[in-house]
Amino acid sequence: MSRRPYIRPVSKTTWYFRSGRYKRYILREITCLLVGLYCVLTIRALAALAAGPEGWNVFLSAQRSPGLAGLHAVMLVYFLVYMTFDWFKLAPKAMPVQLGEKKLPDRAIVIAHYGLWILVSLMLFRLLGVI
Amino acid sequence: MSIRQMELEVMRYDPERDTEPRFQSYSVPCQDEWAILDALNYIKDNVDTTLSYRWSCHMMVCGSCGMMINGEPSLTCKTFIRDLPDRVRIEPLANFPIERDLVVVLDDVMEKLHLAKPFIIRNDPPPADREFSQSRAALNKFKQYTMCVNCMCCYSACPQYALDSSFIGPAVLALAHRYNVDSRDQGKSERLDLLADHDGVWECSFVGACSEVCPKSVDPAAAIQQMKIDGAREWWKQKLKVVKP
Repeated sequence: MSRRPYIRPVSKTTWYFRSGRYKRYILREITCLLVGLYCVLTIRALAALAAGPEGWNVFLSAQRSPGLAGLHAVMLVYFLVYMTFDWFKLAPKAMPVQLGEKKLPDRAIVIAHYGLWILVSLMLFRLLGVI
Repeated sequence: MSIRQMELEVMRYDPERDTEPRFQSYSVPCQDEWAILDALNYIKDNVDTTLSYRWSCHMMVCGSCGMMINGEPSLTCKTFIRDLPDRVRIEPLANFPIERDLVVVLDDVMEKLHLAKPFIIRNDPPPADREFSQSRAALNKFKQYTMCVNCMCCYSACPQYALDSSFIGPAVLALAHRYNVDSRDQGKSERLDLLADHDGVWECSFVGACSEVCPKSVDPAAAIQQMKIDGAREWWKQKLKVVKP
């Protein structure tokens, strides 16, 4: 009898294709690229603002081009629908609430997050004069 | 009692003969109420006595019959054939070296268990003339984490552990959290010094697979996220202490 344990190789580049839950995780994490993209866009916006009204207007009209407007729409939906949904779903794990002997159901914590999100969004829209 | 003929593709590995694992197919007449473990026992008793696998209690307590069933880590005593298709693939738990057939080497996790300091740590002496008192509310804060049976399905599901086995991993971290939130314990900062380090909670990127596959609903992912918050809080506390004159 001799021991010769076999170690199964794991691909460092394609591991997330192994299961649906890994793919969903990657879809969530990939939003970091979009965050990066928005950081670059914010810096560009600041630079345009520093260049004066003309520069700012050029920047704004560029954002309204069909390509960039489409990209904004896709990214917004991706953030709002996927990222928000996934993170709010996970929130009860990081922030469980116990009242007395009983734990508050996960659903209540998730609903509270959505409620707060809507409230803060409405306040921001109000501040910006959208509503 | 109806019988269903099922095809079980079982991963085999004989360290004395094989250079790598291979699959062997068995046609098994399964009874309706059987779990996969019963089908494996049928093979062992009636078809092929050389098949090696671990099991003991057949009731989700011993935690020794964890395997990959159609790619999902699961206890074979808890996975019923009525919920499975006619062809089932059974492999040893992923992310662990294979000792033989369906038996894996668990030494790595066993060596990590002590890192959790899985015992009550006290700075003040315990009460001399009576037991510790603990309310039901205080017990409920950590009860779910005591349900772990060390089946290691969570390690099998964890892609972080698959890529880097120096990660302490879900079950051990959940065990540490179990003591951290125990009202009788005073060793939280001692544990966090170790577990909030590089190979500890911050290696977890919150895939959440460990909690999804856990057969006892321990929810190790929740324990790890809560430890991250505790770790960050402790870090700030220590920093602020340094700043204070």
